[in-house]
Amino acid sequence: MTDFPWLTAITLLPLFGALLMLTIEHADRALHRLTALIIAIVPLAIAGFLWLNFDGRTADLQFVQRLAWIPSLSVEYHVGIDGLGLLMVILAALLVPFALLLSRGDEGRGYYALILFLQSGLFGTFTAQDFVHWFLFWELALIPAFFLIKGWGGPKADRAALQFFIYTMVGSIALLLAFLALYLAAGKLPIDHRFNFAELAEYGRNGQLSSALSVSLGFFETFTTERGLAVFIFLLAFLGFAVKLPIWPFHTWLPATYSEAPTPVTMLLTGAMSKMGAYGLLRILLPIFPNEIRAVLTPLLLLAVASIVFSAAAALMQKDLKRLLAYSSINHLGYVALAVFATAASDIDTARLFVERSAALNGAVLQMFNHGLTAAALFGFVALIERRSDGVRGLDDFGGLRKVAPVFTGFMGISLFASLGLPGLNGFVGEFLIFKGVFALSSWAAVLATPGLLLTAWFLLNILQKVFSGALNERWKGFSDLTITETWIMLPATVLMFIIGVWPQSVVGLINETMKALAFRL
Amino acid sequence: MNEFSYFEVFKLAVPETVLVIGVLFVLFLDLVQLREHPADFRSAFLASTTAIFCVIGIAWLQVIPQTGGILDGMLVMNPTTTLVKQCLLGLTALTALISWRTPFTRHIGEYFALLLLATVGMLFLASAQHLLMIFVALELFSLSLYVLVAFNKESRHSAEAALKYFLFGGMAAAFTLFGLSLVYGLTGQLSLAGIATAMADRQPDLLLYVALVMTLVGFGFKIAVAPFHLWAPDAYQGAPTPAAAFIASGSKVASFYVLANVLLIGFGAHAGDAGWGHFKSGWQPVLAIFAALSIVIGNLVALNQTSVKRLLAYSAIAHAGYALVGIMANSPEGLSSVVYYAVTYALATLGAFAVVNVVEQNAGSDDFEAFTGLKERSPVLAVSLMVFLLSSAGIPPLAGFFGKFYVFVAAVKSGSADLGLIWLVALALVMSTVSLYYYLQVLKRALVKEAAPATAKFVVSPLVAVVIGLLAAAVVTLGCLPTLLLP
Amino acid sequence: MLTWTIYFSFLGMAVLMCLPKDRPGLARWTALATSALGLACGLSAALGFEATGGVVALVDEPWVPALGINYHLAVDGIGLTLVLLTGVAALVGVLFSWNIERSPKEFFAYYFALIGGCYGVFLSFDLFLLFVFYEIAIVPKYFLIAAWGSTNREYGAMKLAIYSFAGSALVLIGVIAAYVASGANSFSLLELAKHNFTAAQQGWLFPLVFVGFAVLAGMWPFHTWAPTGHVAAPTAVSMLLAGVVMKLGAYGCLRVAMTLFPLGLQLWSPYLGALAVTGIVYGALVALTQKDFKFVIGYSSVSNMGFVLLGLLALSQTGLNGAVLQMFSHGVIAGLLFGVVGRMIYDRTHTRMLDELELMQLEKTLPFAAAVFVIAGFASMGMPGFSGFIAEVQVLIGAWHGFPAYALLAGVGIVIGVAYTLRAVQKAFYPDKADRAHAELTMEKLPPISFPEKLGTFILLGCTLGVGLYPRLLLDWIGPAFESPLFEGLKKGVGL
Repeated sequence: MTDFPWLTAITLLPLFGALLMLTIEHADRALHRLTALIIAIVPLAIAGFLWLNFDGRTADLQFVQRLAWIPSLSVEYHVGIDGLGLLMVILAALLVPFALLLSRGDEGRGYYALILFLQSGLFGTFTAQDFVHWFLFWELALIPAFFLIKGWGGPKADRAALQFFIYTMVGSIALLLAFLALYLAAGKLPIDHRFNFAELAEYGRNGQLSSALSVSLGFFETFTTERGLAVFIFLLAFLGFAVKLPIWPFHTWLPATYSEAPTPVTMLLTGAMSKMGAYGLLRILLPIFPNEIRAVLTPLLLLAVASIVFSAAAALMQKDLKRLLAYSSINHLGYVALAVFATAASDIDTARLFVERSAALNGAVLQMFNHGLTAAALFGFVALIERRSDGVRGLDDFGGLRKVAPVFTGFMGISLFASLGLPGLNGFVGEFLIFKGVFALSSWAAVLATPGLLLTAWFLLNILQKVFSGALNERWKGFSDLTITETWIMLPATVLMFIIGVWPQSVVGLINETMKALAFRL
Repeated sequence: MNEFSYFEVFKLAVPETVLVIGVLFVLFLDLVQLREHPADFRSAFLASTTAIFCVIGIAWLQVIPQTGGILDGMLVMNPTTTLVKQCLLGLTALTALISWRTPFTRHIGEYFALLLLATVGMLFLASAQHLLMIFVALELFSLSLYVLVAFNKESRHSAEAALKYFLFGGMAAAFTLFGLSLVYGLTGQLSLAGIATAMADRQPDLLLYVALVMTLVGFGFKIAVAPFHLWAPDAYQGAPTPAAAFIASGSKVASFYVLANVLLIGFGAHAGDAGWGHFKSGWQPVLAIFAALSIVIGNLVALNQTSVKRLLAYSAIAHAGYALVGIMANSPEGLSSVVYYAVTYALATLGAFAVVNVVEQNAGSDDFEAFTGLKERSPVLAVSLMVFLLSSAGIPPLAGFFGKFYVFVAAVKSGSADLGLIWLVALALVMSTVSLYYYLQVLKRALVKEAAPATAKFVVSPLVAVVIGLLAAAVVTLGCLPTLLLP
Repeated sequence: MLTWTIYFSFLGMAVLMCLPKDRPGLARWTALATSALGLACGLSAALGFEATGGVVALVDEPWVPALGINYHLAVDGIGLTLVLLTGVAALVGVLFSWNIERSPKEFFAYYFALIGGCYGVFLSFDLFLLFVFYEIAIVPKYFLIAAWGSTNREYGAMKLAIYSFAGSALVLIGVIAAYVASGANSFSLLELAKHNFTAAQQGWLFPLVFVGFAVLAGMWPFHTWAPTGHVAAPTAVSMLLAGVVMKLGAYGCLRVAMTLFPLGLQLWSPYLGALAVTGIVYGALVALTQKDFKFVIGYSSVSNMGFVLLGLLALSQTGLNGAVLQMFSHGVIAGLLFGVVGRMIYDRTHTRMLDELELMQLEKTLPFAAAVFVIAGFASMGMPGFSGFIAEVQVLIGAWHGFPAYALLAGVGIVIGVAYTLRAVQKAFYPDKADRAHAELTMEKLPPISFPEKLGTFILLGCTLGVGLYPRLLLDWIGPAFESPLFEGLKKGVGL
């Protein structure tokens, strides 16, 4: 069974599904959503299958498929997943049906086709092990996102979509340039596949890659040192992920994009697409450039801290629920960046180093999954609010909804608490592990980041306070509670929050070996 | 003087003899038989007769080619000369045919007789390697041409043009004569070969340069290179179109050939060098100046013309410049390149003038506007005009392209060291870009613009159409298979 | 077989000239048959093509023995790639010209003169012959644009003709000089490439010939003919201009200038590379500000051709591969873009002004055109999955190798490319909601997209996607082509 190209199948299925959708025109527009859902169930099933058949005791790639693609450039078609990849695939497989369920249903076939298209891009990104192959899907995911925002977004969606696309492309092109430089450098090394992540990492770790860079890019050696050149290339690559994640100050596209996109799409953007950036940090940046990260560690950590603190502060200022949650996303992903960069720190004794690194990395991955789940759920609730309020979603527009919609309040409260890291819910575990690791590896950064935690709690509780507590705003007397269907839609995510909160091993068991291997190789 | 047999002379001069008989025959026929017939019939009949005599000449040269020289180089035949003579005869025949139904004169017999007489002069010129013979032949065909230019007695332009042409021509003859006599005085020789021997071990001095420059100035007038080109535009515009065509085609071929002979055979030792950074005095630098000036002035002034005949005149000046570049090669290859160039240029020019002639007869003018919508009014003319003009612009696979190419290759190859002449070639090529502009201006009107709705189709007599078609076919064929014209 | 691509084109031209004037249908079908035959010849030769490298001779007959000129046609992987490009572009061009009303027979006659010249250039291995075909391709363009064009057509046509001709004059100077300097009395490229020209000669011959050809490739600052020419030209001719004719220039740079004068290449590549990269950025920037839809595409061609030149000048094997692939890729994509703008939109709406198109809601009235343009736009900005990406990747690798600074600048150019493409997409098809609200919307009934248009679109899309997803289709020919003796001097000269 494991010989079957499952990963290729899971990647291509939504793509063909999308094409299929484009050819079918239902008279009843609501049927489009159903069709898309049926198509999206298949990848979910495959993801489940992968999860069941995954061997968590090894850090090796599994379900590997490897073919020569462009031999003259040593480009391969190379898919495979380890713990990290599996977790991301599961996340993407979960979030797409979730988002589909929360879509209104009258958007038309193009919308659903684009969402499936986007899913294909996500799967491809999380499974590819060869840069060119990976980059293909990394960019591919961008196109449907652009059109989803532009076509079905809010009144300022056009500008937002354009901004989103251009910012991301700037990062992507920088990333591409960096990898082409690496490719060239790899020509000087005994590397068979010069775009393969693992093989590049092998030489990135021991510094040979950066030496090779200065040999192959001769021009630069006249005005920069060997280390300087490698750092420059690293920064190019970093830019790509920093925009996507995003890290302060490359985040400016995000609030507008998240708030203007149709809310189900925002769920995917924050839940899955931002994970592409985080995934890149872990899969690509950290293994290939550990020495370069070390070289500019302090600025990087400062950026991560800035992401955490500034975005939390900015979130406090927001009056729009979606913008608020958008800043909260930056904040949460800042922890991931913090953990990843801190892992590169090396000035503690070797015995603890390895343990703390594993802790930080495990925490980071856990945080990615948790944030994907929680943020998607929160935006899902916003979607439900919008549906009831005819698009009104200002923080101060509501009040006392607890009285008319207690179940709604309860469910959303769980998500909010999960998001702020209440012990017992999923968010806590990830952040705890991150802080545990980072305190040991770079205590000053952890200390600086702590105010972020407080601010996070503040602005999230603010939502509960302003929207659900207090006196009932008369305007929303008729605000209906969660319907049965909606409850069922929200239930799986909520249940998962609890499960991971009380039994984090369910996730950590999958990723631990992978992260340990990664930590070990630094 | 050596003993010689008249038979030898006759053997080498059969075509000339045939043409002289032709002159007499045409005059006689017109005088005796054709007086009473309508002008159309007369011109048709005489044109064909003229052509037939030319064809006989061509056939003779083809079937019984002669080689050898007599009378100290007065009459020299070699394969190249034979080829040139055949081409001259062919051009005359075609000129005669496009003169069919010439409305500009009543003296039809005289017209064709003069045409033939001019050709006789050219033929002698082609085979002359003797200063005396060269001068006599030059005058023979020049005088005939003066008269031909003036042939349209109704037109003041024609008379003015003829006068101008005559005055300039006379002056040129004086210069030539002066130069040639100086040469004779310096060397004591009249045959080119003899001059070459005498020149070989002679140090160049001022007098020799004066002689050289004088000769070149004289020939410069004849072939209308700048700065001696001023007569050409007026003569071309004022002369009856077939006569202008003949001046632009046949006379050019003969003049270039004889100029090349004089310089290459007679003054080969004093060529000098016009290469960039390798300057050495001699006739090459003089030619280089003429060529550069002609190319620049001809092309730039042509930009400003609205009369197609004047445009062709200025482009002829530029072409003279290109051909001089070939002579500057100072090598057998250069000679054959000049012959190829001159002949193909003559074909294209003759064709272009033939088209202009038809347009003029139908539309009453040779202005650009008269060509508007030519494509609809006469598709054959339009396509042929395209072939002629693009060939002149040097677009492959037409003959003009290979001509230019060959000339330039020969010049660069045989020029001074380090590709010295490339500067002139570069100038010529860059300026030929300019030429494309004005040729396209004409073609734009002929092929792109649509005629006003009510304009009638042009009346083109079938014979003229066939001649024009033949010329176009020749231009294409020679372009695709240049070996046909390479000795 | 391949030689018949040339002969069929000229034969088709002759037949078309002889057709009666009042039978436009006949002319169209003749044109279609001619182009299809040409493509079929190319494809059938491609199927049997031995990719083992070297050059496959087709014909080698003496032509003008006195000058050592041979009628020498041959093909290598590069030539084959471009012959196929020409075949595809020619076929699609005919499909997109199906609606030509003004004397189609003449239109197609000129058209096939141009096509025949292009085929000829790509198959010539004799320098003289190559030049002859190169110039044959110049004149038909003039008439096609001047007679069948649109905006400012006579000016655009003349500018194009003069620029091309001036460029070829420079080339001809170089050709003559190279022939004479080599002393070999041969125009065979293989012979001339063997000759070692002195460094001093190469120092001035290389820029002369390279720039001469690069004029047609749209190298900055000699690019100005390109936008005006493209805009003025009828759709099929814009497609050919951008698709094939600009490639003639780039091909000449590679085939002649670089193989003959490798030392000159080494000397000049930093400076010419700077021009190439300036073209990339400048073309993109100017495209960003255009009001006329076709000008956007015109300048994007300048920008994209900059990549070809940069790849050529990068002094690396990968860069060369990339440049050749980019020639193919840009040919197909630009053809597609011009097809959409010129045929699908302009012929229906009779405007190309982005501000006017903005009010027409083309996404609703011409959804097919909108979708195709979006896809082609993404292909043009170098999205992975399309042929442009693999080409640009290789060019950028080459640029990193040769001139890292240029690689970075080219990256900037790509980003601007994204911006202008999106701007055009946005303005023409998906205008801002805010603007849309203000406009008085009239949903005009536009004629539906016809079958020939769709067929042509799918052919081009298939090409760019096919090559993008499986670049070996072409790379397996292009790579080995550089193993041939023709490129030995080049490789030795620049140390590949």
